[in-house]
Amino acid sequence: MSAAEVTAVPEGRGGRMNRAQIVNAALALGLLGFGLVAWAMGETFLVTLATKVAILAIAGAGLNLVLGFGGLVSFGHAAYFGLGGYSAGILAHHALNYTPMFEWPFLFEGTTSMPVIWITAMVIGALAAALIGALSLRTTGVYFIMITLAFGQMIFYFAISWPAYGGEDGLPIYVRNGFPGLNTLDPVQFFGLTCAVLFAVLGLIAMLAHSRFGLALQAARQNRQRLMAVGIRPGGVLLVAFVISGAITALAGALYADLNRFVSPSMLSWHLSGELLVFLILGGTGRLFAPLAGAGLYITLEHLLGGVSDHWQFFFGLLLLGVVLFARGGVIGFLAGGKRHG
Amino acid sequence: MSALLDVEDLHAAYGASQALFGVSLRIEEGQALALMGRNGMGKTTTIACITRMMAASGGRISFAGHDLARLPSHKAARLGLGLVPEGRRAFAGLTVRENLMAAARKGEWTIEKVCDLFPRLAERARQRAETLSGGEQQMLVIGRALMTNPKLLILDEATEGLAPVVRAEIWAAIRELKAQGQSILVVDKSLRELAAVADDCVVLERGRDVWHGPPEALSGELAQRYLGV
Repeated sequence: MSAAEVTAVPEGRGGRMNRAQIVNAALALGLLGFGLVAWAMGETFLVTLATKVAILAIAGAGLNLVLGFGGLVSFGHAAYFGLGGYSAGILAHHALNYTPMFEWPFLFEGTTSMPVIWITAMVIGALAAALIGALSLRTTGVYFIMITLAFGQMIFYFAISWPAYGGEDGLPIYVRNGFPGLNTLDPVQFFGLTCAVLFAVLGLIAMLAHSRFGLALQAARQNRQRLMAVGIRPGGVLLVAFVISGAITALAGALYADLNRFVSPSMLSWHLSGELLVFLILGGTGRLFAPLAGAGLYITLEHLLGGVSDHWQFFFGLLLLGVVLFARGGVIGFLAGGKRHG
Repeated sequence: MSALLDVEDLHAAYGASQALFGVSLRIEEGQALALMGRNGMGKTTTIACITRMMAASGGRISFAGHDLARLPSHKAARLGLGLVPEGRRAFAGLTVRENLMAAARKGEWTIEKVCDLFPRLAERARQRAETLSGGEQQMLVIGRALMTNPKLLILDEATEGLAPVVRAEIWAAIRELKAQGQSILVVDKSLRELAAVADDCVVLERGRDVWHGPPEALSGELAQRYLGV
């Protein structure tokens, strides 16, 4: 590092933070603006597309907590996404068919209320993440990637082979679940609701990142031994992050099921785990708004390139290669400058 | 009276090659002990065993009335062992302030107090640790260890490879800590600077403690023999 760079840092950092904040604000306003303009123009499909971006960004935000801040490459986050989706699907299925989920040891009935579904999805996501995390976090590096993938695949095959809730064919939700005071079947109202959830989640993650817990999490990414030297057990910090991450991604899954009014094992497939990773790489791993930038870019390209060629993924692959080789900070790193990864 | 740290007949090995062949040392509350010796004589290994970064193969370590034998290193740290490891090991991606905050435990040390001790850290509070000079990083790591409110501060080669001005600044801070009653275990090679801080010295040679005594007594021929100075 040259002397000029070092001395430039004090003011430079402040300037860069502002630039990052401008990029973040532009992303947030871009999403809201796109959805609202599309609605004003009567383009329902585009409103739905924007809703999809918001939901996938929530799922990506969950992954970003463990990957971007904690440095854990989880290749099995589809598990929590799918479990959230199935929570919504199964609860709605029982409510719409007037059959209880189970009667023993207490009566548990289905529901079509989104808040109840969200809480259920998050609890299930958190429990699954606690179990999977407790086992996977004993490993590091490539073994961690493989073991999270293996757990994801286990749940995927379980969903395929369990006939009660549609098995391979998936489970339809005939009427989108409701939220008090809103008509969720109106695309723009549902879009607004998902955006509100997205910004609440990003706000929570920003708060966590600046707390002692978040600092310890980032320190664990950089060096576990140094963290132990100040009296903090890295495993505990990482597990808590993993559990919160699972809950957030499951919440996104519940919303996604409601968006499509359909749940299928494809929500649990490793392709989806891969997509979530791609969002973060595209957006800029460890940046708060990376999942939104990444999901937005991905869905836009899928839509535009997909219109040009069936083999759009080839061209997308080239772009991804370019980002990995030449713009390692992703879109946000490119636009905002500075460095977030230690 | 029982000592704050009592190490008895410590043995340790890296795989098949034994590094420590019986090291004993004691530190009383408020005392500063210098652990000395040439390179490769077992100073850092001794510290790794005390902080439980490495498992001892024999001997006994008791600290503040606890036997450290089976504790994981983060628990040993929580008992009050504040390690400043060799070679400036800050959390590079976090800012100065964040580094200090991450380590904070309840007690008298606060970010403000650390900044009083090292005013340079206050100027750099919002800067990422990796952009600091070597000396500033070392101050940060000492500050980070103090934020855990340690009963015993362990400094492993705290001033190695730093410019003389910065060394002087760090040694002045260490003397101030000592004057405030902080118990310190310090590993270093510079006899002159240690003499101003240490109440007692232990010299290691080939994994054994071969000499105990006050720093004044360690001069001339003895220093030449054990430390090569």
